[in-house]
Amino acid sequence: MSSINSPFDKPFEQPVDSPGGRMRPVPAERNYLNADYSVRSWLLTKDHKRIALLYLFSVSFFFFIGSIYAMLIRLELLTPKGDLVQAATYNKLFTHHGIIMIFLFLIPSIPAILGNFLVPLMIGAKDLAFPKINLLSWYLYMIGAVIVSSAIMIGGVDTGWYFYVPYSSNFSNTYVTLAGLGIFVLGFSSILTGLNFIVTTHTMRAPGMTWFRLPLFIWSHYATSLIMLLGTPVIAITLLLLVFERTFHVGIFDPTIGGDPVLFQHLFWFYSHPAVYIMLLPGMAIISEIIATFSRKNIFGYKFVAFSSIAIAVFGFLVWGHHLFSSSQSVFAGMIFSFISFAVAVPSAIKVFNWTATLFRGSISYDTPMLYALGYIGLFAIGGLTGLFLASLGMDVHLTDTYFVVAHFHYVMVGGTLLAYLGGIHYWWPKITGRLYPEGWGRFSALIVFVGFNLTFFPQFLLGFLGMPRRYHAYPPEYQVLNVLSSAGASILAIGFTIPLIYLLWSLRYGPKATDDPWMATGLEWRTSSPPPTENFVETPIVTWEAYEFAPQETMKVVGKLTPDDKPDRSSYSGN
Amino acid sequence: MSEHIVSKNLYFLIFGALMVLTAITVGVAFVNLGPLNNVVALTIAVIKALLVILYFMHVRYSSRLTWLVIVGGFFWLAIMFVLTSSDYLTRGWVSFTR
Repeated sequence: MSSINSPFDKPFEQPVDSPGGRMRPVPAERNYLNADYSVRSWLLTKDHKRIALLYLFSVSFFFFIGSIYAMLIRLELLTPKGDLVQAATYNKLFTHHGIIMIFLFLIPSIPAILGNFLVPLMIGAKDLAFPKINLLSWYLYMIGAVIVSSAIMIGGVDTGWYFYVPYSSNFSNTYVTLAGLGIFVLGFSSILTGLNFIVTTHTMRAPGMTWFRLPLFIWSHYATSLIMLLGTPVIAITLLLLVFERTFHVGIFDPTIGGDPVLFQHLFWFYSHPAVYIMLLPGMAIISEIIATFSRKNIFGYKFVAFSSIAIAVFGFLVWGHHLFSSSQSVFAGMIFSFISFAVAVPSAIKVFNWTATLFRGSISYDTPMLYALGYIGLFAIGGLTGLFLASLGMDVHLTDTYFVVAHFHYVMVGGTLLAYLGGIHYWWPKITGRLYPEGWGRFSALIVFVGFNLTFFPQFLLGFLGMPRRYHAYPPEYQVLNVLSSAGASILAIGFTIPLIYLLWSLRYGPKATDDPWMATGLEWRTSSPPPTENFVETPIVTWEAYEFAPQETMKVVGKLTPDDKPDRSSYSGN
Repeated sequence: MSEHIVSKNLYFLIFGALMVLTAITVGVAFVNLGPLNNVVALTIAVIKALLVILYFMHVRYSSRLTWLVIVGGFFWLAIMFVLTSSDYLTRGWVSFTR
């Protein structure tokens, strides 16, 4: 593939072999990490890569807090009696778990960390279109996070993360107003990120980077940004209306003063169902990249996968009524929403089938990111298909508000998004930090996560089908065995999340230095140094190749270390 | 992005139109038109919004992409209204009790 010769093929000095077969230390070149060490240079940075790291720290912190709530929930459910916490406390536990995991972790996780880092790199830009707005979005995130955290610390919220009226407006005496305002602010952070990605994708692509040469990561993030931009204002205004009703007793949702409680559910889910796709599409973005790289093939049906992202974003806005099947929504509307919900399965299935077809006759290697990606495909398929149970009008009446729903969305959110996120963090870790993580530990923890995840959530499908309702701190004794399995799985899952935390931190200091393209991947982000310089590329790349155009391994340039029998290992090649 | 310069007179004209329409809205509020009350009020409101968007926000002279963004925004608003109404307007259609 000689067409892939690009002017920036080898912009930096690579590590070279010394006679002993060991790598000589190469003088540190300037990159975005060592450009400036002052605190100010981090807190006032306009570099998208540094802002991504700011997000990485803060979002990981809240993931940790949200996980503690999850562990407390699972600990309480270990025994049928409500013996660890009181019912009212339990209500706060699952509310805090939901609010933190959704608004502070899942929604910003992939777009604001990996998206922020990679969108400019992948399209060959120096930065996002609005670097200052990007920094502003992080500050808004932090302000929102502080408001939500303070609501939690001074007493907490007990309405569930969905704040359903009339409980949240007329009855709950917890800190609903404060939490609502916090989420209102967080929404703006999300809107600004979305806006930035859309403008960047439209205006900042490198010469030659046409829309259909974009990595699928960009297509998915573009679709995600559309949802952020079109949906988030609605949740913002809905929560503001709730705050208004609570504070000033304006009749919006309370029927006794002229409001309508179901209207809240309509408005809430108009955003919150598409928000599921804000969490899901970036995960799909990562999976497309990983599957292509580790099977060394172009994604099967590139355009179908690209447009299925857009289709998911659009269809996602037409299905919110399936959350209202048992909320006195009209039967006719229920039928419409049920039908459209089934339609969303089509673009999702296109992705799953096309990833699978990509694997076919691919040159597959089972590195850590690939293990997460393969896990994702299986778990997302289960999560997606059980969604169809819930989209069926009759079936849903039996399953509404049971653990079946909990299991379903955790298969999508944890088995889907979180696995993709972990896969993505591993995949781009060499690019972000310039260090390689220990592959053996990576694979090991990926397996632990997979096992722990299934043990946690599969029993919940059974529990829900048997009729165990969500959001109760006590349950009949016959459900105990499955609940114990689930709690045991949660502790395995916790171990699976802790191991990467340890070895990724370890690798920052002790990990071997990464080459520019340790996976022999094709994206533009691999054609600059690891970690990249502040301005991303020494010279503006000119793109003359299609996405995922893999060169045969034999034609690749060997730049890294050799194995004892003088053969290059995978990490010794330089991309294309 | 066109560098169209809008004349001051046009701005005053639009401002005048907005004021007149506001006066009509207030005036109509004193006349009971029955079911047409809302229709008239909303029609006037939509006309005013259009005037603001097209002239004060310069959309009339903007690129196609700007148009697309604005039309998209309103289309999404329409999705919200139409599908929400698909619930409220059809509650009596099918009943569980016979």
